[in-house]
Amino acid sequence: MIRRVVAFVLLAGLGMVFAGLFVGYSPDAALNLSADYYARNTAADTGAANIVTAIIVTYRGLDTLGEVTVLFLTAAVVALVLRRESARANPAADHRPVGELLQTGTRLLVPLIMLAAAYVFTNGHLTPGGGFQGGAIAASAVLLMLLTDPMRRFSHRLISRVESTAGVVYVAIGVLGLVLAGGFLDNRILPLGAFGELLSAGAIPVIYSLIGLKVGAEFSSMMANLSETEDT
Amino acid sequence: MVYVSLATGFILILIGLYGALTNRNLLRMIVSFSVANTGVHTVLIAVGYLPGRTAPILDAAVPVIEAAERIIDPVPQALVLTAIVIGLGVTALMLAYAYKLFATHGTLDISRFTELKW
Repeated sequence: MIRRVVAFVLLAGLGMVFAGLFVGYSPDAALNLSADYYARNTAADTGAANIVTAIIVTYRGLDTLGEVTVLFLTAAVVALVLRRESARANPAADHRPVGELLQTGTRLLVPLIMLAAAYVFTNGHLTPGGGFQGGAIAASAVLLMLLTDPMRRFSHRLISRVESTAGVVYVAIGVLGLVLAGGFLDNRILPLGAFGELLSAGAIPVIYSLIGLKVGAEFSSMMANLSETEDT
Repeated sequence: MVYVSLATGFILILIGLYGALTNRNLLRMIVSFSVANTGVHTVLIAVGYLPGRTAPILDAAVPVIEAAERIIDPVPQALVLTAIVIGLGVTALMLAYAYKLFATHGTLDISRFTELKW
């Protein structure tokens, strides 16, 4: 009871702060300086039509490298925490077979989902989407396969190969930017191309595809690890 | 419109924190944290919105010369993209630890974990 009251008082205080922020808030009429710079110069600097992608992959590329590293660490820690459990794998528990509908649907949908994922991460510089979203879509195909067959085993070696290769090539492209262009992860190591084309914006589609593969592999390994511990 | 999403975000944060503070079950706490996380994302996106403008993607409808007058702030969107990914990582870690705690203690009730209590 006392816990509830304390929680309520705390939240009431926080709510007051939020109410103050809410009442005092009025939307800006114009972009602030940094956003204005991005709006005016993204097309000329990077050749990307999607400004959010240009910010993530090029202007703040180093932060994205850090973000991918955090995700990698998470996947590694999840594997580390859960791995010992799966070592003593018991024989398969009696899973009820899944329905015909789900099985057939999975066979039909998994290639299409993978295709959608590849589309989303290769078009990240033109349309909403990109490597992180595409990677999550690819991982949803893996999740669908796990739903149909909970005992399915994915090759951890393949997943970690994809993941580490993508990571190494990502960093190598960043270093190439240092040598051939203006700085680390500069996308102008490849020609910028015609604005709005698929093969444009220099290295952005390449980098975002690598991020897509890496993120997809990391999410898949997390799900595979969680699923494998579940049925021991 | 921007006020609706701003208010939704603040309310979601409060709901999430309330759930995390009052629930004793680890899984419910993790769900509450996800709700609060979503609220933070909504607030961030709402703050970057400028009335009457469109998404920060340049094409035939939003030519480069008019971009600065036509698009909303792209920086919060980039930040939220990062925050979503990190939030997913945090959720996955919490779930893994909750699983481990259940495997070692046989319970998910946080008041039963007394090793660090003094």
